[in-house]
Amino acid sequence: MSAAPESMAATPAPVKGRSLWVDAWNVLRRNRAAMVAGALIFTMAVLVVVGPWLSPWDYAQTDWDNVSIGPDWESRHYFGTDALGRDLFVRTLHGGRISLLIGVVATLVSLLIGISWGATAGYLGGRVDHVMMRIVDILYAMPFMFFVILLMVFFGRNILLIFVAIGAINWLDMARIVRGQTLSLKHKEFIEAAEAQGVASFNIIRRHIVPNLLGVVVVYVTLTIPQVILVESFLSFLGLGVQEPMTSWGALVNEGAQEMGTAPWMLVFPATFLALTLFCFNFVGDGLRDALDPKDR
Amino acid sequence: MIRYALSRFLGAIPTLLILVALAFFMIRAAPGGPFDSEKALPPEIEANLRAAYHLDEPLVQQFGRYLLNLARGDFGPSFQYKDYSVTELIAAGFPVSLRLGGSAMILALLLGVTAGTMAALRQNSRTDHAVMAVSMTGISIPNFVMAPLLILLFAVTLGWLPAGGIGDGSPRYLVLPVISLALPQIAYISRLTRGSMIEVLRSNFIRTARAQGLPERTIILRHALKPALLPVVSYLGPASAAVITGSVVIEQIFGVPGLGRYFVQGALNRDYTLVMGVVVFYGALIILFNLLVDLVYAWLDPKVKYA
Repeated sequence: MSAAPESMAATPAPVKGRSLWVDAWNVLRRNRAAMVAGALIFTMAVLVVVGPWLSPWDYAQTDWDNVSIGPDWESRHYFGTDALGRDLFVRTLHGGRISLLIGVVATLVSLLIGISWGATAGYLGGRVDHVMMRIVDILYAMPFMFFVILLMVFFGRNILLIFVAIGAINWLDMARIVRGQTLSLKHKEFIEAAEAQGVASFNIIRRHIVPNLLGVVVVYVTLTIPQVILVESFLSFLGLGVQEPMTSWGALVNEGAQEMGTAPWMLVFPATFLALTLFCFNFVGDGLRDALDPKDR
Repeated sequence: MIRYALSRFLGAIPTLLILVALAFFMIRAAPGGPFDSEKALPPEIEANLRAAYHLDEPLVQQFGRYLLNLARGDFGPSFQYKDYSVTELIAAGFPVSLRLGGSAMILALLLGVTAGTMAALRQNSRTDHAVMAVSMTGISIPNFVMAPLLILLFAVTLGWLPAGGIGDGSPRYLVLPVISLALPQIAYISRLTRGSMIEVLRSNFIRTARAQGLPERTIILRHALKPALLPVVSYLGPASAAVITGSVVIEQIFGVPGLGRYFVQGALNRDYTLVMGVVVFYGALIILFNLLVDLVYAWLDPKVKYA
């Protein structure tokens, strides 16, 4: 699966090797559901970034003439307004920025911790491995949502903390998966070659182990992002996450749920955006797993 | 088997201790205290209050005191509900939550296993695709989005069911909360069952059973179901954790006076002891449940050795 050595590549008719990534791309391309879902996520990302500029309204601005109205194209409130006369179209997209941003950043945090932890434990092995994985086991048994809530309550509800708290708690699965993968890589010839040449452990992990983990990691990332978005929405729904006038999908769904008897659009639009995004990430994750997981070939 | 159970049980004790310690020190490390209010208290009164709640002792001593009291089932007094102890609040809220969560788990198991088995029996049929599509939706729509939508449809628009509260305690009030809580679990369990059932149906012993001319019904119920349910059993641990976490928000939406609601109220009011009590109680419950699931799994699966 890795590239041929230099000497062979120089032979007259070089065979163009198919890398893991090209193979995976070919499998993924045939999976229509995953491709559509991927395109939708891309559209969603572009929309939440560009969308707010297409509306004359600002996310915190009150339109006193149109308080709590349904979707209306004349006043350019495409999704209507909330009980304070704020434009729901802009607020939904703004909330989407926050939700997606938290999804990506918190996932990166958990990725960083999980990969370092898992690769170190797996590569060093022995007692270090035992202790490190025992810690993961114990943390695994903790009711983590309750701890995030504790953190939010007692250390103030600021957005940076949400990033770190969710990321710092979500790394356990990553660490387990990475460790398992590292264990199986450890006895491959190229690692032994590096060891024989006297490369330091840290550099072996960095240069040889981590790059070979990327396939699994990519799959796992697409499955973690929706989880993180869900946790953030859950917190914001309870009023413990993102604070006014900023908003996120969870906070909007909460507001919508309170007004749904009189203003159902306040619930329906953000709920649709949230559900659609989670739906698409799950589809892409499933598709990537089929494409990249060597077990299923 | 008994030795295995005992060793697993002993192994859970450090986990429990760490749970309590994490909750305890996290709260104590936080800025602000339970007596912070708009008006500053005179220093003497605050000192007295702190002494009454033993907040003036060194941290380690406070932790030791808390542990000792916990061992006696005493979670301490609530800071907000002045006349109640946390133990009393838990005793008041938990039965309601247990009824809600227990019903949701049972519903999820019954429906999830049935749907998953049906999908597996007719793989790639229309039934299969329908079950999988519904379950993907169940996984993607969080329960706090599903719950208001269900209320909007069945309570506000159609008027079939009550929108919240527990009223006179009749089952009608539980229908919507239980369904919203169970849906994501139904989705996961049906996917798990389908996957493992498909695998089991391809195995040799099922082919043998077929060759012997056993009726399909007997093959499924007597031979295929037990091995196919193993992954579902091991999922019950995470599922119970998810149901407990979900009940916090579901109780909030439907106004069910359960433990989750006390937790959110306590969290918003900085009620140290109440919040800690609930975290420790629910955490212990999840640990206990995981332990039980492990034991059941070991009992069901002949491949597990009691090492």
